[in-house]
Amino acid sequence: MRTSPTGIVDSSFFRSLAIQGRVLHALMMRELITRYGRDNLGVLWLVGEPMIFTIGVATLWSAAGLAHGGTGIPIVAFAVTGYSSVLMWRNAVGQCSAGIEQNKPLLFHRSVLILDVFLTRIGLEIVGATSSFIFLSFLFIFIGWMPPPENLLLLLGGWFMLAWFGGSLALLLGGGTAFSHLVHRLWHPIAYLLFPLSGAAFMVEWLPRKLQSVVLLLPMVHGVEMLRNGYFGNVVKTHYDVGYMAECCLILTLCGLYVVREASLRVEF
Amino acid sequence: MLSVEHVSKVYETRRGRYKVFDDVSFTLHRGRNLGILGRNGAGKSTMIRLISGAERPTTGHIRRGMRVSWPLAFSGAFAGNLTGLDNLKFVCRIYGIDYKPLQPFVEEFTELGAFFREPVWHYSHGMMTRLAFALSMAVEFDCFLIDEAMVVGDVRFHDRCHYELFEKRKDRSFILVSHDPEAIKKYCENAVVLHEGRLYSFPDVDAAYGFYLETLKANPEEIEV
Repeated sequence: MRTSPTGIVDSSFFRSLAIQGRVLHALMMRELITRYGRDNLGVLWLVGEPMIFTIGVATLWSAAGLAHGGTGIPIVAFAVTGYSSVLMWRNAVGQCSAGIEQNKPLLFHRSVLILDVFLTRIGLEIVGATSSFIFLSFLFIFIGWMPPPENLLLLLGGWFMLAWFGGSLALLLGGGTAFSHLVHRLWHPIAYLLFPLSGAAFMVEWLPRKLQSVVLLLPMVHGVEMLRNGYFGNVVKTHYDVGYMAECCLILTLCGLYVVREASLRVEF
Repeated sequence: MLSVEHVSKVYETRRGRYKVFDDVSFTLHRGRNLGILGRNGAGKSTMIRLISGAERPTTGHIRRGMRVSWPLAFSGAFAGNLTGLDNLKFVCRIYGIDYKPLQPFVEEFTELGAFFREPVWHYSHGMMTRLAFALSMAVEFDCFLIDEAMVVGDVRFHDRCHYELFEKRKDRSFILVSHDPEAIKKYCENAVVLHEGRLYSFPDVDAAYGFYLETLKANPEEIEV
């Protein structure tokens, strides 16, 4: 049972949904103004930030002439799919792990819940990463730097799985910061360590057999492989198990929701 | 009706668990008001945060059968990089009301002028308090939570708050917490005293006042003026 913003206890599901919608909208507007301001390019930075990263990485990799074992995979497309998928699981977690501290004052309004703060931030990160992925793909396809995707549905499936993984991990670690600030501190080194293992900069097929099974323990590797299978088709052999990734995400989601609920009982001013 | 039922609040501190208060119960009917007296550190502000719903009680329940405000004039509930107007819009979005009809009142009351469209972090403490108070008035609550220590300003601000709250909205409920018994005597029809983790009820304000003076005498050096 939620309390309505007016303070009257109301168990009606749809009323609660309406309230949550209002709160999410208010938080979304606030977050946009706070982060991107109202001058210069404003909201465009939602796309601009990940775009600059991706272009930078693509340029560096191209310049370094990484041929990726002569597999015939276009380097730009490889960088775009790889780095965009990193943005999907990394940024939402980063944003949520700072979410409680940065939004604490707003929690004074009874109807603003920690969950709302997290959902807003996860939503914005997913929208940002997705927009930049779409924009970059169109741009590079248009100027002929990369081919169009082979299997759009499979690509969307991989993208959805990565979004789910990022969102559920963000809930868990964001909620965890209410229990210990170590979570926020440790996330940065962990994210850096995970980056080379995440599948963004390699295909599982290129690894020695023993290493493959280790790397495939990481759920996001499955998402990236699926995404690339959708993008490149059968140019390269991919290794992924959607069922395994879904199980991981489901467990993360349930643990995350539980931790967020506990966190809301612990917040102090 | 607002009812606080067997509420206790425990904080984890470095030296172990610290119980602010234990098994506190009281009710407040619509249109009535209550003063909560207590010395510094008696848990008055904690009580206000619990009633407002910003924090949860460790045990017990708080039932809100009317629209209860957030702690009045609490300027901490602002986003610093938003302007005064943005903060008005934010609060209105949360409470599902249209900000436009309220904007003239808020601009007039806060006397912010051009600063109304500047980020809140450029505000002085007084400007912040005025904005916070005006936003609390913008939403039509049934019960206002007033922490007297937060509503500080010059005489003019004080008088205008007094008018908005105790004259224009005298049909509403309020809970006023203070360590100043004169304020409670002036505004409240009944009072309770928070002392050493317990809540003491009395038939009238004078009895509460008498008891409060006794609690002060226990440690005379802590008497506040």
